[in-house]
Amino acid sequence: MRTKRWTPWVYVAPALALLTLFLVYPSIDTIRISFYDRSVSSFVGFQNYIYSFTNPTMLTAFRNNAIWVLLFTVFTVCLGLLLAVLLDRVRYERIVKSVIFIPMAISMVGASTIWKFVYAFRPAGAQQIGLLNGIVVALGGQPVGWLIERPWVNNFCLIAVGVWLWTGFCMVLLSAAYKNIPRQLMEAARIDGANEWQVFRKVILPLLWPTVAVVMTTMVVFVLKIFDIVYVMTNGNYSTEVIANRMYKEQFSFSNYGRAAAIAVILLMLIVPMMVINIRRFRRQEAIR
Amino acid sequence: MILQGVRRVLARTPIHVVLIVIAIVWMLPTLGVLITSFRSAHDISQTGWWTVFEHPFQFSQYTVENYDSVIFKEGMGRAFVNSLIISIPGTIIPVFIAAFAAFGFAWMKFPGRTALFIVVVGLLVIPLQMTFIPILRLFKFLHISGTFPGIWFAHTGYGLPLTVYLLHNFMAGLPRDLFDSAAIDGASTFQTFARIVVPLSVPAIASVVIFQFVWVWNDLLVALIYLGGSAKVAPVTLAIANLVGSRGQDWQVLTAAAFVSMALPLVVFFSLQRYFVRGILAGSVKG
Repeated sequence: MRTKRWTPWVYVAPALALLTLFLVYPSIDTIRISFYDRSVSSFVGFQNYIYSFTNPTMLTAFRNNAIWVLLFTVFTVCLGLLLAVLLDRVRYERIVKSVIFIPMAISMVGASTIWKFVYAFRPAGAQQIGLLNGIVVALGGQPVGWLIERPWVNNFCLIAVGVWLWTGFCMVLLSAAYKNIPRQLMEAARIDGANEWQVFRKVILPLLWPTVAVVMTTMVVFVLKIFDIVYVMTNGNYSTEVIANRMYKEQFSFSNYGRAAAIAVILLMLIVPMMVINIRRFRRQEAIR
Repeated sequence: MILQGVRRVLARTPIHVVLIVIAIVWMLPTLGVLITSFRSAHDISQTGWWTVFEHPFQFSQYTVENYDSVIFKEGMGRAFVNSLIISIPGTIIPVFIAAFAAFGFAWMKFPGRTALFIVVVGLLVIPLQMTFIPILRLFKFLHISGTFPGIWFAHTGYGLPLTVYLLHNFMAGLPRDLFDSAAIDGASTFQTFARIVVPLSVPAIASVVIFQFVWVWNDLLVALIYLGGSAKVAPVTLAIANLVGSRGQDWQVLTAAAFVSMALPLVVFFSLQRYFVRGILAGSVKG
């Protein structure tokens, strides 16, 4: 399109200015601050990073983020895949899809409140009002402090909230990809005597793999930054700390800007490789289309 | 014939069982909170919410008192208004600015265009945490931390990479002839943008608007950082997080508050489901 020389800048300059102010400049400044002390007054070299990789609470946060990445990704993707494949065979597909996707409309704070009630705990003998303990007691068990029982039970319970929220996302993407697979391919395999599991392993999964990979990396990037669920449900107590919540605490509870900045930089370092993989794959897929 | 039919139904039973169990598991937590929000504080603490099913039509066991109290006494009404004040400009400003930029990047020629566009999209990798300390220091210096304009600008800056990227993809796909004939008809650049490109981009703009609105409405972290603890400006997410802290066992308050916060996104979901799903899927990479 023909325009005067300065016209394009009128269109793109506001966006570029805001991006520079809110993303480019602060990122560079955060890297600088990560080498300074708590009040950003004196240079301390790598001390904040050494702290981040040796402090016991930080190590717990790293461990928990690793558990989140592993379990959250495996469960959301596998459940999403299972639903995508099974729902294609039933008539009430749309209703179930809506039910699974609705949590995406709910804030993580709202979801955390909902699940805190599911996990509500009262001592043995008292009337249980939380659904999960209600079931456990009805089956003759002892009530469990789901959010206190460390380190596995409570972390699993927090991850379950994330899975509840994000399975719908995986399901919708995988279902769209599944419906693009030509039906003849599956029929041909069935006629050749393949059972349903073989059809899934040898036909469906290889064809879905590019989408599965994109969904998986998206989930990993998302979950590395997990914050709201932990902040609302346990605030990182009882060994449930995660990196993003730790950064928030360093910045606001302890006013240690240097350490908070170093943690943010570490988070960036973890995310960048995943995003690069994702964008590359996404572009390759777009090129095919 | 009949036997075969029976066998086919039996073979499919496990599929139905798995799907229906998953659907029930997915609905129960929300159902429990919904029912609880209509029960009295006394009932909630005495019996599990599932006991209402023993006599579901005994309407005297339900009450709207909890909603009355959270909206007017616990500040959820104020928080709802605050969320609107934050989310509406927090959606309109970035989409407006992004539409201009997307058009510029898609259809105008200027030096460094491709490189700049790659940088804009590349900014998607930056987790918001990387920006909090310097921006908050800047906001404090300008005295706009804890104010609405501050958070509008923050959401604008954070929302731009994705909105520019998505709108650019759509606008770049418009046919070139459109621009040639507009030029022949003597339309100015701005006329082409406002009269042709924007109306044709409505589906893409709708998806982006819905995503950005739901994202801002449901955001806790950005509000927590830039608005702080003041109840005067707190959106619904922040108000609930504070209630969980201060009224942790008062389920009559928490359940009703949760539903107040969810009401608007749920209405958007049910009324604009197609756009909503498209918007959320397209926007999922946001930091």
